Parts: sequence; C-alpha cells; structure tokens
Amino acid sequence: MSSIEERVKKIVAEQLGVKEEEVKAEASFVEDLGADSLDTVELVMALEEEFETEIPDEEAEKITTVQLAIDYINANLA
Amino acid sequence: MSRKRVVVTGLGMVSPLGNSVAETWDGILQGKSGVAPITAFDASAFSTQFSASVKDFSVDGYFAAKDARKMDRFIQYGMVAGIQAMRDSGLEVTEQNSARMGVSIGSGIGGIGTIEDGTLVVEHKGPRRMSPFFVPGAIINMIAGNLSIHYGLRGPNLAVTTACTTGTHCIGLAARSIMYGETDVMLAGGAEMATTPVGLGGFAAARALSNRNDDPQAASRPWDKDRDGFVLGDGAGVMVLEEYEHAKARGATIYAELTGFGMSGDAYHMTSPPADGSGAALSMQNAITDAGINAADIHYINAHGTSTPAGDVAECRAVKSIMGAAVDQVAVSSTKSMIGHLLGAAGAVEAIFSVLAIRDQVAPPTINLDNPDEECDINLVPHTAQERKINAVLSNSFGFGGTNGSLIFNRVD
Repeated sequence: MSSIEERVKKIVAEQLGVKEEEVKAEASFVEDLGADSLDTVELVMALEEEFETEIPDEEAEKITTVQLAIDYINANLA
Repeated sequence: MSRKRVVVTGLGMVSPLGNSVAETWDGILQGKSGVAPITAFDASAFSTQFSASVKDFSVDGYFAAKDARKMDRFIQYGMVAGIQAMRDSGLEVTEQNSARMGVSIGSGIGGIGTIEDGTLVVEHKGPRRMSPFFVPGAIINMIAGNLSIHYGLRGPNLAVTTACTTGTHCIGLAARSIMYGETDVMLAGGAEMATTPVGLGGFAAARALSNRNDDPQAASRPWDKDRDGFVLGDGAGVMVLEEYEHAKARGATIYAELTGFGMSGDAYHMTSPPADGSGAALSMQNAITDAGINAADIHYINAHGTSTPAGDVAECRAVKSIMGAAVDQVAVSSTKSMIGHLLGAAGAVEAIFSVLAIRDQVAPPTINLDNPDEECDINLVPHTAQERKINAVLSNSFGFGGTNGSLIFNRVD
C-alpha cells in the first residue's frame, strides 16, 4: 500500500494533468500547478473518493497546497 | 450600403470516414461507408445496433488532454474541426483584428453522454459527487466558448440550436454577420455526439432509425425503395468564413463564395415534413433569391436526404418544384448514404462537401441507391461520383420542429 503522501500526489497529478515529479509538497494548486477554481473543487472530490471521506466546504477552501492536503488526510484519517 | 461578400477560406472536419477533411473527402469520392456496429456500449437490447461513429479520435496535436477531460465528446470534435479550419485558413489572430472575428458553432443535442453520466452519479452516488465541470462540459455553446478562449476571438460568440438544421443555420447566420459588416471572420459549423444509450434509444423510439442490423453499411440508402430510416452519425464540421476583400488582401486561398442563405418553417408536424415538401421548397427559394441567381444556375444539390420514407420523397418534390425544367440538368446526392446523419453537424459537413464539389468539379455519389423510388426520377448520382461542371451548389438541411435551411455556394474565378 502506498503512503498517504504518494496517493495524494498521484491524484493531484492526474486531476491537474501535471507530471508526478512536479507535484512537490510545497506546491500551490493554483499558483504552481495551474489549477482554476473548478479544478480545485474537482481535486477535493477526487481526494474524498480516494480516502472515502467527506471534506466540508469550509475545510476544503483551506486546502490550497499539496502539503495541506496531506496534512488534512493524516489528521482526519490516521 | 451594399452588403459585403463572404468567402470560405478554411475547412476542418471530424467524421465517420476520417478525422480530417482530406481523408473524409477521399472516402466520399470513393463511395465508402463509415457505418459500423456500435462498440462503445452494449447495444444488444436496442432495435438499432449500428451507427456512423468517429474512429481513432484523439485531441493530440490540437489541445491538452487535461482540457479534453472536461469536455463532452461533441465539444472535442468541434474544437478539433475548428482548429483544423483555422490552421487551414492561415489566419493570424492579433490584438487589432480579434474583435471582428467570431464563432458560430452549435450542436443539435449537445452533451447528452455527459448528462447521462451526471444523472447516474446523482442516482448512485448522490449530488455531492457531481463534477464542477458537468455544466461547462455539457452545454451546447461550449465549442464556441472554448474556441474563442483558445484563439482569443472577441467577436460574436454563438451556438444556434435547430435540430438537424443547426450546422446550416450556424453557417448562414455567421455569413450574415459578415455581410452586414459586423465581422470580418467567422468560424462556423456544428458538432454532434449523440450515439449514446439515451440518444440511440430516443431516436429509435421515434421510429426514425434504420433497423438493418444484418447489413449496417447498406442501411443508409436515401431515395432507395428499401430505405427504412436514417443512421445516427457523429462528428463535426467547421468552416472559416471571411469577408472577400479581407481574404484577398492577405492572399488567402478561397474555396468558394457563400452567396445565398434561406430559411423557413414547415408549420406542420413535430417530426414529419408536409408531403409536398413546401417548407423545403420555400427555404430553397429564399436561398436562391438571396443569392440573386436562377435555379438553373445550380449544378449540384447536396440534399438533406436522410433515408427516411417520408422525408426523401418530400425533398424530391421540393427540388422538382424549385428547379422546374432545369431539374434534368442538376445532380442531387445525399452524402448521408456514406456518413449517416450527423444531426447538428450534418449541415456543416455537407456545406464543406458542397464547397469541395465546386473546387474539384465533382458531384459526390449516393451509395446504396439500387432501386430509386419512382417519384425520384432525377439524377441522384447513384453509386459513383460524377465529374461535371459545377458553378453553384445548394445544400439543404431540415430538422425536427419543421425548421429548414439552405445555403448556396458559388465558384470564385
């Protein structure tokens, strides 16, 4: 089983159409990886699906970087 | 102020016979059929199990796969045809000219496959799982929207939706924008991808489709006595329309001039034309009047000719009533015999075939026409293409609701 970090990075790469090696932990979805507002909504949905969880909208808005996504999953699923 | 002249300077196409204008036209002139059994989904429970679908399609070389994921197939087809047409025209979009360049590309049905998928998501996973790209990925004007974003085209941005007349209306109305002096360039056409379970099931339920499952390539047989309905087709056609002086000034290759556009409404029935073809005739006459030519000047008609029992005969009657004595000199064919009925894209791809008929001085064939209906005793170009003098072409489209459109293209010397 891959680590949470690996799984998050894989989903980000797939959803945003970027190479996995570009998905650095500190990367911002909008500023570094070219996402727009609709992309980020869909990305959160893909994370919800992968980790079988529901991320409330007010929490989802704060997930703006790869690391913040990893942190959220770790804090809420671990 | 006299109206501006409009010429065709670029062509693009995705069709059941190939994903380019050249490949499709080559197949058309050889009388090839693009019809095949449906493999995209299990069609075994449907009364019709074949279609004229696009094969080996990819957006590679046109736009990013990441963006394609957010678009229904009809949008992808329209985008690729539009980009091909722009490249073919050699036009450069600049800060100076972009405000007078627009898009007019519609679809008969739009993103029906995306709507089906979205419905299933709500039903099985709940509304929280709906994609934020559901709406922009499905609605009809998103070819026009995405192409304007892709090229920076800031002029009028339209998507007329009139069932199977969509492509013809989108081209005719785009031409009017140029004639009126509002724009210099319009990307115009239509796209469709309705070969989905709901699309196929709906047309089958309306008894509109051929059921010839034992011989799909013989199913689309306009004017033949054994015709039993149309064949659902997918694809897109886009042409670059350009103001004549604008095209001449930049040394553009001019395929033909769009000289006439006519429209009419049947005011008769939801899905059937009046038996005398009077709505079709009015549309054709309006186009001829608009072009300022005589019916006898028309050397080729690309008919709507869908292969339905009622529609084909009504169109024959309309052609005879409009052409009068000149009906003996005109060639009339239905390219739907080869590529099926592309619904909202039909008028667009057929306008392109009409333009190419002028360029190559050849009338494309009507295949599968073994025993013509007695009433259709005119030159329907059976089986093989005919080389002939073609100065002017008329292209017809008729749609559910009784909406008709006719375009006329003339040779430019």
